[in-house]
Amino acid sequence: MSRLKNVLETLNAQGKKALIPYVTGGDPKPEWTVEIMHTLVEAGADIVELGVPFSDPMADGPVIQLACERALKHNTSIDDIFEMVKSFRETDKQTPVVLMGYLNPLEIKGYENFAIEAAEAGVDGALIVDLPPEEASSLVPFLNENNLDSIFLIAPTTTDDRIKYICDQSSGYVYYVSVKGVTGSATLNVDDVAKKVAQIKAHNQIPVGVGFGISNAESAASVSNVADGVIVGSVIVNIIAKHQENKATINSEIKTLVSSMRHAMDA
Amino acid sequence: MGAKTNKRITEELLNQLPDDKGHFGPYGGRFVSETLMPSLLELEEKYLSLKDDPTFRKEFDKDMADYVGRPSPLYFAERLTSEVGGAKIYLKREDLNHTGAHKVNNTIGQALLAKYLGKPRVIAETGAGQHGVATATVAARLNLKCKIFMGIEDIRRQTLNVYRMKLLGAEVEAVTSGTQTLKDAMNEALRDWVTNVDDTFYIIGTVAGPHPYPQLVRDFQSIIGREARAQCLEKEGRLPDALVACVGGGSNAIGLFYPFILDEEVEMYGVEAGGHGVETGKHAAPLCAGKPGVLHGNRTYLMSDESGQIQGTHSISAGLDYPGVGPEHSWLKDMERAEYVSVTDDEALAAFRRLTLVEGIMPALESSHAIAYGIKKAATMRKDQIMIINLSGRGDKDIHTVADIDGIKV
Ligand SMILES: Cc1ncc(COP(=O)(O)O)c(C=O)c1O
Repeated sequence: MSRLKNVLETLNAQGKKALIPYVTGGDPKPEWTVEIMHTLVEAGADIVELGVPFSDPMADGPVIQLACERALKHNTSIDDIFEMVKSFRETDKQTPVVLMGYLNPLEIKGYENFAIEAAEAGVDGALIVDLPPEEASSLVPFLNENNLDSIFLIAPTTTDDRIKYICDQSSGYVYYVSVKGVTGSATLNVDDVAKKVAQIKAHNQIPVGVGFGISNAESAASVSNVADGVIVGSVIVNIIAKHQENKATINSEIKTLVSSMRHAMDA
Repeated sequence: MGAKTNKRITEELLNQLPDDKGHFGPYGGRFVSETLMPSLLELEEKYLSLKDDPTFRKEFDKDMADYVGRPSPLYFAERLTSEVGGAKIYLKREDLNHTGAHKVNNTIGQALLAKYLGKPRVIAETGAGQHGVATATVAARLNLKCKIFMGIEDIRRQTLNVYRMKLLGAEVEAVTSGTQTLKDAMNEALRDWVTNVDDTFYIIGTVAGPHPYPQLVRDFQSIIGREARAQCLEKEGRLPDALVACVGGGSNAIGLFYPFILDEEVEMYGVEAGGHGVETGKHAAPLCAGKPGVLHGNRTYLMSDESGQIQGTHSISAGLDYPGVGPEHSWLKDMERAEYVSVTDDEALAAFRRLTLVEGIMPALESSHAIAYGIKKAATMRKDQIMIINLSGRGDKDIHTVADIDGIKV
């Protein structure tokens, strides 16, 4: 069983929901990322989403755009991201790591090489923002061969037919983008989210993570009431942006925020 | 070239492209985040049902005639031809269109689609400002809300067009992210679209972007080639030997080329922006110097570095300053049906001055790239041969840039 599936099933058996924070690899410096990942886990993360920086992050708002710019100032590449995951795995063998990014860096690396090296590094799944399942046949077979999960997005605009199709193509979990817009742009409406998640779950077994617009403990808790996982990005990245020069502060503030979400979700 | 035989493009093959997922061979497709997929599928469905619909076609043709002023002339550049001393040079006068470039052919088509889809708001990215002006123009006429995204670097280079858009009632948003040019304007337009997808139609300005854009922009722009083909047959009694067009995203080029693709004897040259020279790395010539990758919704030749980050581009011409290119051009390159070359900033500037002095026609700096290569190529051809250069736009918008280089304040 994949590490992702295992974690999600265990949580489910305990009646708990997954907390899935996101940070961009290499932000603000490549040397700091592994420690930040460990901090996320200590604070209660069940899965870590690690962003692969890209020069043209079309689906992201200014917060994550700037995170990419900071990471790219240090030329953080996919290979560097693999090194980070390897180093993270030296002391954490349980927590699944999902890479999130855009397609071109994978295309240039080569899909098979990407999948093999990701698996070797200890990555568990990949979520490529600009790769809908219709175009994914160049990547997914290699992910499958290497026991990596393929996570696809569902949006508020997604029709019933597509929901089924996307769930069938996904493994691990599906990522429900809770608002129309870019990352960090708006706050979600929990009632709308509840309706859409119910619509997804009506015909599909796969766990549903919800992201975009979750910015504090309250919104994390209310989303966790209706979904299997809560994905949190821009608020965490904002802490990194604010304290770029101070590693200790970044880690302590992230720990405070993420633990508050964990407590609220488990309460 | 032995490989050429199995790269032959038959009518059957051409009619199958793009396929139902928007592919031209390995290129094209639909690489966008899920939020946009349903809109793209809806647009595709609507477009396919309308494109041969007599009412839709009639509306489009009427606007082309009465609003744009088509057909645009095919002008024999007699003095330039005799100076160059080679092939007869004809200019397809897209500069004479309303708003001064080929861009309006496409914006009229897409604005009609917006109307049929019932979208009250349109957005567009622009580099040189020509597509922004053409979009603002049709938006004014159809009473649509309009927002144009433009890199702040291009706003500086194209002040006149920025003011034109504002006079036309459009809001112009200065894009300050990334390299602050066309690709970043497109990123920002995509971000707006994903946020306002319910009421907004994205009018893409070239044959790039996700399917069905490369197809529908090509179809709207193909009026250029259909006219040129008929005009050449009428004036010369035969087809031309060579076609030349500049390639930014590639819409004016595909518009000229497409109706000639099956005419194997007609050579096609797409001219990319060589900037300071392709060998310097400071250019915008993905077909000459890039490799396949994925950006802005399609797979195509692209300028990206060894770790897959998109590279900064350079061109004197804002409309060519883009790291990608329409996917159908990538396919035509691989099929060896069209040849892609580049000319430098300096060569384009010299052509700008030469055409102005010799023919009294001031070309856009984008089109000047086509003129520069056309002159070079024509000189190597026989006098009984015929070349058509696509004069994609007029140069008024570039007078500031040229004056700056001359050290003159206008
Ligand atoms: C006059 C003119 N020609 C050419 C171009 C390049 O675009 P395309 O390659 O899509 O024709 C532009 C773009 O702004 C333009 O304004």
